[in-house]
Amino acid sequence: MSSSQEINEKQEFTITVYTENQIGLLNRIAIIFSRRKINIDTLNTSPSEIEHIHRFNIVIHETEEVVRKLSRQIEKQVEVLKVYFNTNEDIIWQEMALYKVPTDTIAELVSVERLLRENGARAVVIRKDYTVFETTGHREETDKLIEVLQPYGLIEFVRSARVAIIKDSEGFNRKLREFERREPGQEVIENEFLDKEKNVFSM
Amino acid sequence: MNTAQEEATTLTEPKKTVNVSGSVALLEGLIAEGTDTIFGYPGGAIMPIYDAIYDYKDKLKHILVRHEQGGTHAGQGYARTSGKVGVVFATSGPGATNLVTGLADAQIDSTPMVCITGQVYAHLLGTDAFQETDVINITTPVTKWNYQITDATEIPSVLAKAFYIARSGRPGPVLIDITKNAQLQMFDYEGYVPCDHVRSYRPRPNIRKEYIEQAAALINSAKKPFILFGQGVSLGNAEQEFKAFVEKTGIPAAWTIMGAGAIPTDHPLNVGMLGMHGNYGPNVQTNACDVLIAIGMRFDDRVTGRLDKYAKQAKVIHLDIDPAEIDKNVKAEVPVWGDCKQTLPLLTALVDQKEHKEWLAEFRAFDKTELETVIHNELNPQSGELTMGEVINQLNILTKGEAIIVTDVGQHQMVACRYAKFNHTRSNITSGGLGTMGFGLPAAIGAKFGAPDRTVVAVIGDGGFQMTLQELGTIMQSGIDVKIMILNNRFLGMVRQWQQLFHEKRYSFVDITSPDFVKLADSYYIAGKKVSEREDLVSSLEEMLNHKGSFLLEIMVAKEHNVFPMVPQGSSVSEIRLK
Repeated sequence: MSSSQEINEKQEFTITVYTENQIGLLNRIAIIFSRRKINIDTLNTSPSEIEHIHRFNIVIHETEEVVRKLSRQIEKQVEVLKVYFNTNEDIIWQEMALYKVPTDTIAELVSVERLLRENGARAVVIRKDYTVFETTGHREETDKLIEVLQPYGLIEFVRSARVAIIKDSEGFNRKLREFERREPGQEVIENEFLDKEKNVFSM
Repeated sequence: MNTAQEEATTLTEPKKTVNVSGSVALLEGLIAEGTDTIFGYPGGAIMPIYDAIYDYKDKLKHILVRHEQGGTHAGQGYARTSGKVGVVFATSGPGATNLVTGLADAQIDSTPMVCITGQVYAHLLGTDAFQETDVINITTPVTKWNYQITDATEIPSVLAKAFYIARSGRPGPVLIDITKNAQLQMFDYEGYVPCDHVRSYRPRPNIRKEYIEQAAALINSAKKPFILFGQGVSLGNAEQEFKAFVEKTGIPAAWTIMGAGAIPTDHPLNVGMLGMHGNYGPNVQTNACDVLIAIGMRFDDRVTGRLDKYAKQAKVIHLDIDPAEIDKNVKAEVPVWGDCKQTLPLLTALVDQKEHKEWLAEFRAFDKTELETVIHNELNPQSGELTMGEVINQLNILTKGEAIIVTDVGQHQMVACRYAKFNHTRSNITSGGLGTMGFGLPAAIGAKFGAPDRTVVAVIGDGGFQMTLQELGTIMQSGIDVKIMILNNRFLGMVRQWQQLFHEKRYSFVDITSPDFVKLADSYYIAGKKVSEREDLVSSLEEMLNHKGSFLLEIMVAKEHNVFPMVPQGSSVSEIRLK
């Protein structure tokens, strides 16, 4: 396969975005995709390892060319610090899933111990009426446990967005730490007045 | 509130806090930023700010527009001619949603603006309160940055940030939405500290020396180099640096409509306009040059035509302040990231002094063809109806290229951009990226406030004029001197041209009737005249230009006249049609 073919072929990309913690920034980033009618497969946003700095993990299925342009548009936003995009080879990633099943069925019909072992799962909650299992892994792995549990009356299932670590990210982490040390970020200012009419300054 | 003015005078003393309202802090901040003119429209949610500005009439000129959209275009016109940040006020809800078109226009044409919208009380957010609308989310795609303030203490620092973001790097519009309680809230104001840094924001990328060197080497070895320049040159205040670069390299330079005037029209190396209705030579030669040097332009599809047949033979050097523009539409062999005010002199220092006589002569040969087949008939018709081109030509002769020309959108815009003569930068005010009909009249008002000593001529079609004609009221009330030329062809001409050329002359809803524009102007106490005969054209233009105060000149032009040359959509620039 020539490199130009590779570039034009759609594949899974994980976009990692380091940002300020700012209200509305999620929308500002999301519309960069929706404007181009690109579906976001999964999106995770959370505080990063560095105080005041947030991290987005966005997974999309696109060509490298498109992803590069998207990344530049994201990086252009005022409150975005840095954007990386990586193929699956460049990252270590996981998705977490929770499965709720009726306790009686599962206890009666399945060797729970074996099921947990075979699927790398663990029981998070065991109640009289239901049990919640948890597993973490790639999509195929979390999918597999659905299949296994489906016959036993799977009540509810939820899967997290992908979280990913970039294999080669040490340099940037150091830079980011130094960046925050030199000029600490500011706390986000939220609306303090919702449902507090009497606190609102008025004439 | 009645002590606001009194308090304000003491604000310059350092480290002394003064108890003021959020509204007063906002106005103090605007003054500190050098704002002298605000285009706005009051309403319920912005009333505290309007109450405060009542005491600031001597320091801040507020122009009451007739529609908030007009306010944004006036702000754009002001920003484009003055180089300063345009400031617009609007109320919440419908006031704010009316800003969207102007914001989108400013965003795509990189115009620095700070728009302030009032918002309902903070505790009412999300309750569908009267005139509540989610302005922040509505304007996110059309602003460089936006922010909602619910607490007055944030006003000074957020305003400072807004101005800094609007004017730095690649400029753009910024919106601040301020809830009514924050406008009213009294707080201890410590004075205004301008912003020159936002930690997450890099207004200009670092200059990479190796790219400057690579670009210079490419330019020095080029046999047929060609410069394309856009508004980035004037946005970067780099006209002198650009001229020095062009003159040392001797490279022919063509402009996008947003770049027009960065070097004078009659500069010997200015070879004309790019794009769909641009000049013949620049379009054809784009596909003949060996090195293409793009400066502060973004390869809009109206400039490039069909991309897979665009300058494929050329090595492209792209100078831009916005890294997202590099490789966006056209792949750059050498990306010269940075502010062209800084990168151009570095490049000029490394390039050889040259002349490209034969290459330039090729451009002039194309000019000759275009002159004979298109321009001559357009500018000097001996019979028949008036043409738009001859109107612009006569205007050039009378203004000698000294005027600011503001256009609306459509055929007249293309004709004005093609034929208007510009001796100075920041003189062609047009809606390039968004193509906003209705832009012309309000933008002309703003343009005049931004450059009060210059003649401002608005060139507008009969369709576009009817989109924002209520701004005649703004002209009437402010007493500003704007010359308005309506080129009336009784059609939505550009759409009609496309319907003629590409839709078998099925003229679908392009036949537009107009009111008596001169009577309309008269009802706004604006002088006016209508002209349809060739022998009256020059004297009418003279009358308009010599008139003290605003003047509306309606010029009846040919009904079914087409703008040529034309690169049909989906065609390559070298397939440009002369008829």
